Amino acid sequence: MKKFINDVENVENEMLEGIVLAHPEYVKRLEGFDVLTRADKKIGKVALVSGGGSGHEPAHGGYVGKGMLDAAVAGSIFTSPTPDQVFEAIKAVDAGKGVLLVIKNYTGDIMNFEMAAELAEAEGIKVANVVTNDDVAVEDSLYTTGRRGVAGTVFVHKIAGAIAEAGASLEEVKAIAEKVIANVRTMGVALKPCTVPAAGKPGFELSEDEMELGIGIHGEPGTERKPIQTADVIVDYLMERILKDMNPQSGEEVAVMINGAGATPPMELYILNRRVHQILADKGIKIFKTFVGDYMTSIDMAGASITLLKLDGELKDLLMAKADTIGFKMQ
Amino acid sequence: MATKAEVLDFIRIYADKMAEHRQELTDLDQAIGDGDHGINMSRGFKAVMEKLPAVENKSIDEILKTVGMTLVSTVGGAAGPLYGTAFMKAGMSTKGKEELSNEDVILAFDEAVGGIQFRGKAVRGEKTILDSMIPAIDAIKASIKEGKTMAVALVEAEKAAWNGVEYTKTIIATKGRASYLGERSIGHQDPGATSTAYAFQAANEVAQKAGK
Repeated sequence: MKKFINDVENVENEMLEGIVLAHPEYVKRLEGFDVLTRADKKIGKVALVSGGGSGHEPAHGGYVGKGMLDAAVAGSIFTSPTPDQVFEAIKAVDAGKGVLLVIKNYTGDIMNFEMAAELAEAEGIKVANVVTNDDVAVEDSLYTTGRRGVAGTVFVHKIAGAIAEAGASLEEVKAIAEKVIANVRTMGVALKPCTVPAAGKPGFELSEDEMELGIGIHGEPGTERKPIQTADVIVDYLMERILKDMNPQSGEEVAVMINGAGATPPMELYILNRRVHQILADKGIKIFKTFVGDYMTSIDMAGASITLLKLDGELKDLLMAKADTIGFKMQ
Repeated sequence: MATKAEVLDFIRIYADKMAEHRQELTDLDQAIGDGDHGINMSRGFKAVMEKLPAVENKSIDEILKTVGMTLVSTVGGAAGPLYGTAFMKAGMSTKGKEELSNEDVILAFDEAVGGIQFRGKAVRGEKTILDSMIPAIDAIKASIKEGKTMAVALVEAEKAAWNGVEYTKTIIATKGRASYLGERSIGHQDPGATSTAYAFQAANEVAQKAGK
């Protein structure tokens, strides 16, 4: 393992310190907790709290700010934050209008956020939650934990954050978040595994000529392991599954996110994006807005994911509404 | 029965085991989960060991609840809420007790399992903690019912727990991250069931030392 770290025990804490030092105009640290809150707390709106394990930067602290999250809770690397931390975040940002928890669909995240919600409700705070599950690589059935929440979660932060900023009620914010969840689909691929610092070795193995299709953002196995192909063939594979699942019709509009897993350069992400645009153009599906970059990373994994969000007028307006955070800006 | 000293002993030995088997549990989790179970459990029990001196003179329920709260706030992942809830529920069932009868021990285990089932919304046979925990507790109940001592009951319980761990290799995971693997999860041993089996191993060692 070769990383810029001091002590594996202090990675999350030192990262949070570094974030606050870099971006004091956006975020501040909730004293004594692994929680980042908006530097400009807005009073009288529904508050959005998200979070999860660390290692997905800029998620989730990078989305704290105007028009997106009010607080992000950082767990240990790839490990859900604990209920006491989430509870403190809820208390810190509740402005009396209620708090929406945006949870990615992982067993640990759901249990910890639910326990926090129970603690907050016991103190009279109105809490609702949504669970993101955009990863089409995982079968959604009664016999699994369900689809994983991956990069599409960022669109939930953006759009639910926009309507909350505009003064919507908790019920309305939750409803729009659920609408995004119903219309967003993602699939990823890994070329090289990631290494959790405390583990000191890669979470899985891929030989030099292999790729894992359908990879999860913590390196969870995907649908298939295959010899590496050209960028276009890989995009074709991922897009086939995403489109089959969401079934957009010719003339419909989508937002596209090409997300880097942490160790894939922008150059390669743009090459993937090119093919995504070709495929959608062939099908007569209009691209309203494209996002290319590292939005939901997996430490030092080489890989990428493609996210499509089906849009209507309401979602388009909220997607384009002003947002100003470390990791996502809309002018 | 179990004295307060034995309960404390159990916690200390279990904490040692979590440190000792940190890598093994992490490796098991890397195969079918996200590869941090040993890291998380050893971090949590290290925190427990730091908290323990402050409560070791309090009643058993206070001790168990402190263990539970500490695990919830330090382990993270799914294991934190599950093990934390188990210790908290066990603690609540022993309210005010300075010593536990065999019935009290069984009740505490039953409450712990109930807490895990509530929090995890799981049942036996889903490749989880429950697959070693439920058979182990059933073994304790059966032995005590036959009039055997707790020391004998815990030998049976540890055996049943490890059999449960073996059983997890034969079944598909339908809960937690391992469920993403579907049939590919067969053949792998569940890390949660394994860390639970070490709890019964720890309890068994305490009982053998006490010899009753």
